[in-house]
Amino acid sequence: MTCLPKNPPSKKLGLVIDLDICVGCHACSVNCKEWNSGGKMAPLTDIDPYGAEPDGVWFNRIHTFETRDEEGAERTVHFPKSCLHCDDAPCVTVCPTGASYKREEDGIVLVNENICIGCKLCSWACPYGAREYDETEGVMKKCTMCVDKIYNENLPEESRVPACVSSCPAGARSFGDLNDPTSDVSLLSAARDGFALMPEQETGPVNRYLPPRPKKMGDEDPNSDDKAPRMLEHQDDSSDAAGLLARWVDKILTV
Amino acid sequence: MHPAKSVIFFTTASGAGYGLMIWLALLANFAALPADFLFGIAALGVGFALIVSGLLSSTLHLGHPERAWRALSQWRSSWLSREGVAAIVTFIPLGIFALSWVFAGHNSGMIGMIGLIGAAMCVVTVYTTSMIYGSLKAIPAWHNRWTVASYLTLSLMSGALLLLLLGALLGMPMLVSHMINPALLLLGLGLAVKLFYWWRISHSSPVSTAESATGLGKFGKVSFAGSPHDQDNYLLKEMGFKIARKHSRKLRILAGALGFVMPFVMIGAASWTAGMLVSLLIVVATLCAAIGLVFERWLFFAEAKHVVTLYYGETEV
Repeated sequence: MTCLPKNPPSKKLGLVIDLDICVGCHACSVNCKEWNSGGKMAPLTDIDPYGAEPDGVWFNRIHTFETRDEEGAERTVHFPKSCLHCDDAPCVTVCPTGASYKREEDGIVLVNENICIGCKLCSWACPYGAREYDETEGVMKKCTMCVDKIYNENLPEESRVPACVSSCPAGARSFGDLNDPTSDVSLLSAARDGFALMPEQETGPVNRYLPPRPKKMGDEDPNSDDKAPRMLEHQDDSSDAAGLLARWVDKILTV
Repeated sequence: MHPAKSVIFFTTASGAGYGLMIWLALLANFAALPADFLFGIAALGVGFALIVSGLLSSTLHLGHPERAWRALSQWRSSWLSREGVAAIVTFIPLGIFALSWVFAGHNSGMIGMIGLIGAAMCVVTVYTTSMIYGSLKAIPAWHNRWTVASYLTLSLMSGALLLLLLGALLGMPMLVSHMINPALLLLGLGLAVKLFYWWRISHSSPVSTAESATGLGKFGKVSFAGSPHDQDNYLLKEMGFKIARKHSRKLRILAGALGFVMPFVMIGAASWTAGMLVSLLIVVATLCAAIGLVFERWLFFAEAKHVVTLYYGETEV
């Protein structure tokens, strides 16, 4: 049924993506492709993958934008984009077959590949370019929020997050229930003024983006809490892992 | 948007077929068309052939044509599904009307009423076709009332031209004289609607911008610095079509001249002449309009910008 769920989903699983942290390394894209090549929407086919004009299905793509304000201050922002699992997903309601649907239990938007006719209308209806057509299979594919990973009891609990979240080396991606105002992701989004993309399209995106923080100019209060954790401030006082000689030297010198 | 040949053929052919059927049902009810066997075969045959070939072409471009029947299930939410249901339901009254006309020699009275119901269903079907595009908010060039207005007007217009052509080819001067004024009126109306449409899409303020698409507007002007990939992907191939916008002025003039102005002049001239020249003018005018309408429809798809292009370098849509 491609009508949206009658009762709004009790959970709204989504991502919070921190544009201040993302370095544009594409690790999340690559791990997304890797996991989903064997996941619910598998295979994610490629056309001419090693040729001159490779093309293929990806659920997560990393764009880069630059901003320039009136004073000429510029900023580079790496911008990962995947399905936002909208509350009023237009890709779901336009589907003529019932292949596209939004889950009542957690708000995830999925495609039933077995009944998709490949008319592509859902990809026209989505303002965000979240849906990609698989030429080889003749059906539409999209981000599943790794539905086959986040509920998988065979995985250790800390791995039950979407592949893009577990692979981000910078910790720019968080996953959780954005319908629960007390969840970590909701608190994070609220604290950092998380925003939705193109609210004027009225699709009610669930995913939130966190804006880049103000640039540090070197004249801030050094005692302020408003700074990202720095590895340089971390002091390793233990010497357990060092070799015997080094530990011996350490002991003598630490008197 | 990528202008797929199958969808251009589907919308123009089925639109013209439904338009022709509407005119046949109307004229039959005003006793302006005798229930002639040969004319019935020719006119209803052309109408059904256009409708059926249009609908078939729309299913053939699917990834899984064998599953097309599933598209009839979601009429509660989907305009595409409603279009499929409306198209099939329309065949029932139109089928009864056509069979009685051709095999029983009746096209008025009770049968005429059924024909009128069929004509009303044709209007509904063309409306649902237009709403497939008109309902898509992500494509502002389509998401306005002029989309519906142009599909309905152009369907009636191309149907009127087809009936005029049939009258000219089959030597029916009465039919030709009945249809000349409606054809001229609809050519004028069609041009007016398309001019309003073109004015609207080039003068409306942008719905979304690179700033709203990225949410980075508070940091200043947003510009596209790096694509996620080196080659075009599905999104760019399907929704990033740019050629039409580059030449949109020239193409609009071409579509307007071939589709509306030249046929109007030729049919206007036909109404002042007599004999073979009338038929010749009508044949050339219809051919000209057909080419013009294909241009118009190609442009309708090719010229429309999708908001996803904001993530690929467009600044406003």
